[in-house]
Amino acid sequence: MIPAAFEYQRPSSLDEAVRLLADSGDDAKLLAGGHSLLPLMKLRLAAPSMLIDIGRLRDLSYISDAGDTVTIGALTRHHEVETSALLKAQVPLLAHATSQVGDPQVRHRGTIGGSIAHGDPASDLPAVCLALRATFTVVGPNGSRQIPADDFFRGFLETALSADEILTEISVPKVPDAGWSFQKFNRRAQDWAIVGVAAVHNGSTGVGLVNMASVPVRAAAVEDAIAAGSSAAEAATHASDGLDPPADLNASQEYRRHLAEVLVRRALQEAGAP
Amino acid sequence: MTGAGTFVGNHSPEGMAHAVFVRSPLAHGEVRSVETGDARRAPGVLGVWTADDLGVAPFHGFMVLNEACARPPLAAGKVRFVGEPVAVVVAETRAQAVDAAELVEVDYEPLPPAIDPEDALAPGASLQFEKLGSNLAAGVRSTGEDPLTGASRVVRLRMVNQRIAVVPMEGNAILAVPGADGDGYDLTVYVSTQMPHGFAAALARILGLDAARLRVIAPHVGGGFGGKAGAAAEHVVVVATSIALGRPVAWVETRSENLLSMQGRGQVDYIEMGFDDDAKITGMRARVVGDAGAYAGFGGALALGPTRMMAQGVYRIPAVAYDVAAALTNTTPMGAFRGAGRPEAAAFLERVMDLAADELGVDPVDLRRRNLIDGDAFPYTTRMGTTYDSGDYARALDQAVRLAGYEELRAEQSARRARGERIALGIGVAVYVEVTAGGGGKEFGAVTIDADGGATIRVGTSGHGQGHATSFAMIVADRLGIPMDRIRFVQSDTALVPRGGGTGGSRSLQIGGNAVRAAAEEVWLRARDLAAEELEADPGDIVATDDGRVGVAGVPARALTWSALAGLAEGAGAGPLAAEVDFAQAAATFPFGAHVAVVEVDLDTGAVVPLRHVAVDDCGRILNPMIVAGQQHGGIAQGMAQALWEEMVYDADGNPLTATLADYGMPSAAEMPSFEASNTETPTPLNPLGAKGIGESGTIGSTPAVHNAVVDALSHLGVRHVEMPCTPERVWRAIKETEAAGGRQPDTSVWREPPAFFAELPTPDAAGRPEAADVDI
Repeated sequence: MIPAAFEYQRPSSLDEAVRLLADSGDDAKLLAGGHSLLPLMKLRLAAPSMLIDIGRLRDLSYISDAGDTVTIGALTRHHEVETSALLKAQVPLLAHATSQVGDPQVRHRGTIGGSIAHGDPASDLPAVCLALRATFTVVGPNGSRQIPADDFFRGFLETALSADEILTEISVPKVPDAGWSFQKFNRRAQDWAIVGVAAVHNGSTGVGLVNMASVPVRAAAVEDAIAAGSSAAEAATHASDGLDPPADLNASQEYRRHLAEVLVRRALQEAGAP
Repeated sequence: MTGAGTFVGNHSPEGMAHAVFVRSPLAHGEVRSVETGDARRAPGVLGVWTADDLGVAPFHGFMVLNEACARPPLAAGKVRFVGEPVAVVVAETRAQAVDAAELVEVDYEPLPPAIDPEDALAPGASLQFEKLGSNLAAGVRSTGEDPLTGASRVVRLRMVNQRIAVVPMEGNAILAVPGADGDGYDLTVYVSTQMPHGFAAALARILGLDAARLRVIAPHVGGGFGGKAGAAAEHVVVVATSIALGRPVAWVETRSENLLSMQGRGQVDYIEMGFDDDAKITGMRARVVGDAGAYAGFGGALALGPTRMMAQGVYRIPAVAYDVAAALTNTTPMGAFRGAGRPEAAAFLERVMDLAADELGVDPVDLRRRNLIDGDAFPYTTRMGTTYDSGDYARALDQAVRLAGYEELRAEQSARRARGERIALGIGVAVYVEVTAGGGGKEFGAVTIDADGGATIRVGTSGHGQGHATSFAMIVADRLGIPMDRIRFVQSDTALVPRGGGTGGSRSLQIGGNAVRAAAEEVWLRARDLAAEELEADPGDIVATDDGRVGVAGVPARALTWSALAGLAEGAGAGPLAAEVDFAQAAATFPFGAHVAVVEVDLDTGAVVPLRHVAVDDCGRILNPMIVAGQQHGGIAQGMAQALWEEMVYDADGNPLTATLADYGMPSAAEMPSFEASNTETPTPLNPLGAKGIGESGTIGSTPAVHNAVVDALSHLGVRHVEMPCTPERVWRAIKETEAAGGRQPDTSVWREPPAFFAELPTPDAAGRPEAADVDI
């Protein structure tokens, strides 16, 4: 439970962080809340040569009203997201789903940006961002760019972030009147989801899936079926279309597919899809 | 919570070094070579040892299951399970030791492993100890008549009592401090153990130390649950390196190390129960495989010992046959976990009774009532040769059923079924009896009146969260009238307590408590006589007064303080006002109880949510109700965890897949309902307090009650059995296969013929009786 030796830098500004990251090569890792990276390091499953601790860049911690969207600084802790009055009113799915992440200790340390940049298919928030059609802002040596959630998750723990880029902001459309649901199925309260479903229904329908592929995914076939007039129950039968869900201690592929159908149906019904 | 605890890990004497183990990544393999040069040269490293360097002969753990399977403290020639230590690195800091351990290179030649205990006993299995000729660590078959002869119905069940981890809050930890301490000791060992005196004896024997010059202290211990008995391989290695270096060496294991250090349960049970036309039991045949893990871990012997001893449980069973095999497998050595062999017996009995209720069309409570041993039959000797001291099983069952509102629950269950609800209600019942203080009940207890008028208790039990300081002080305060806050409590240090059996097997109050009680009684008699003489009164008129003195009944002015009495005793030349007692209990005691569990099952996902748990546990006369309730609550939680969440899983190659708490399903309070714990009180005649043990009861009653509740929730669909833990996927599969089979779960999910090896086990005359069959933990 002791990590291998590493160098440690704590930049005092985003610019400095970007510069350090560019100078440090591929083996450096950004440290935010540490709740994904540090366990891997303690088990020596990850051994970065340098940690760049951005955890104290307080100007990357905010939840702001930006008109049609709410923007959230990448270093905003889960606890702030789950308790934000603005998010509860305008994007209640995100506030609620965040309240289901880990346990209170995790939510007081972990950050939304860290969770998304880690790109873990078993994490809740990437699926929520997919359902909500969120957009991510990333900053690198050549300035900033915007990446839709749909284009962000590329492979297992692999994202569209370049090695020299830092995720700085999450932008989510306001959906104050939309129906929504977050179905998290796990064996113990603090566990990752065996399967999770985030759904938002607002004329159009967004459905994101947790732990149903090697990356966080949208249930595109379900969304299409609803758009084509299917009922929730019919649409749910397409929950795992085209997906190759993982098999592990908690669930076989077959059981995951079954769970996905049950949970998508429940999510669509709770979100008010016909 | 004050943060003032002193666990092993809180000690850091001058010059303390740290040990880290290099462990086998293979379940079975030859060790070709161990290259330690780079590690020895790494920064801060004080030494690296392999089996060859250490020179400590193989030894047995807490108890011996098979003499031929002694374990070298560092793997010698072969590795036999994933996690077995192959080398140890000792360095100035723990981080240096961890870094250097990565530099040790071990060349292994993989061997095929034997992981499943039944496969391990099949012909052609890879052998763990070649000279044994098989993986049978021990076994015995019955030779009497077929107990099922004459039954009009026979109900058959194969069930797996899965391996679970012990998961104490604090893992194993040891700090060895060599060198004369000025008090006559050459070596002081701080160790997280349930049994410091037993640990000292084992360590002295294994390392050839002078026991009189070895001091063992169990400081605060963060939970034992059976997992901290005897000297582990790592303990011995740490002490040996500290002696070699002449420096204090500490080892505090990681959580993953703890999960692989010792595991419990791990049986496969083939149970056949015969009934007559009135649903009365006519006989039982049990064939049981105990998984011993590597090196014939003593837990494999529990199937030969306590599981066999308690195989008849609470029922009148006219004939019983019990065949048992303990198998060597290439997995973590098995040991004891809360209940240690008795929960396994209760689990198969209660599961087969519910299966029988289903097949015979009798209500589960009714079936039990028809077959319970009568309350006026005690002492009662079973077909297993076990004599139950006292009991009233029907009373416990009646109370549990009444408190649960059993009939109302059944009505609600029926209503939900009638409405076709997808959230089904399940009601599970279990009645159990278990054995406490089973392995030779003797304990040291002493009471000394101090010069200041307070009292000091010294006792050979070794409490680690059971509240002994409170319970034992209550006993002394009750007899002597000295307020509890003036009573000091000494335990768990071989320099301060001359001998002791430690804490395990729910023995402490009934044996240690009675030793303290007897010592307090002796002190009282001496104090009474001293007071009578000093006050010129008849000894029969001397009482302990309400204000904490000793005086003449009804004459407040004529009384002496305990301080004065202590002085009088010294003055009389008879030594301090004190007494030491070795209390022995003639036989074991048999607590019992009945549990009713209520669960909801989501028929679409298979998810189980425990709603209520009613426990009626009878531990004889109760000394402290809060402490009893605390034991019930903790026990229920751990037993429920086995039914629903916990399982130590190995893949076919012997890799443990649940070696962190992220993967191993230990629940938290968030998963538990509020427990409804109560008691009946049926005192034992075997000790003056009338007390039996309560430490393990909750675990024993709750597992089958919850297990039965899950199956009961699905019974209307035709489901008859689900293996533990009843995970959502297992429940879903049981529903699915039952639906596919037209509404009756296939027989293959309930029973299959036992493997052929049972027929070839030794007969009772030919089988030895391993020491570990009489384990008390």
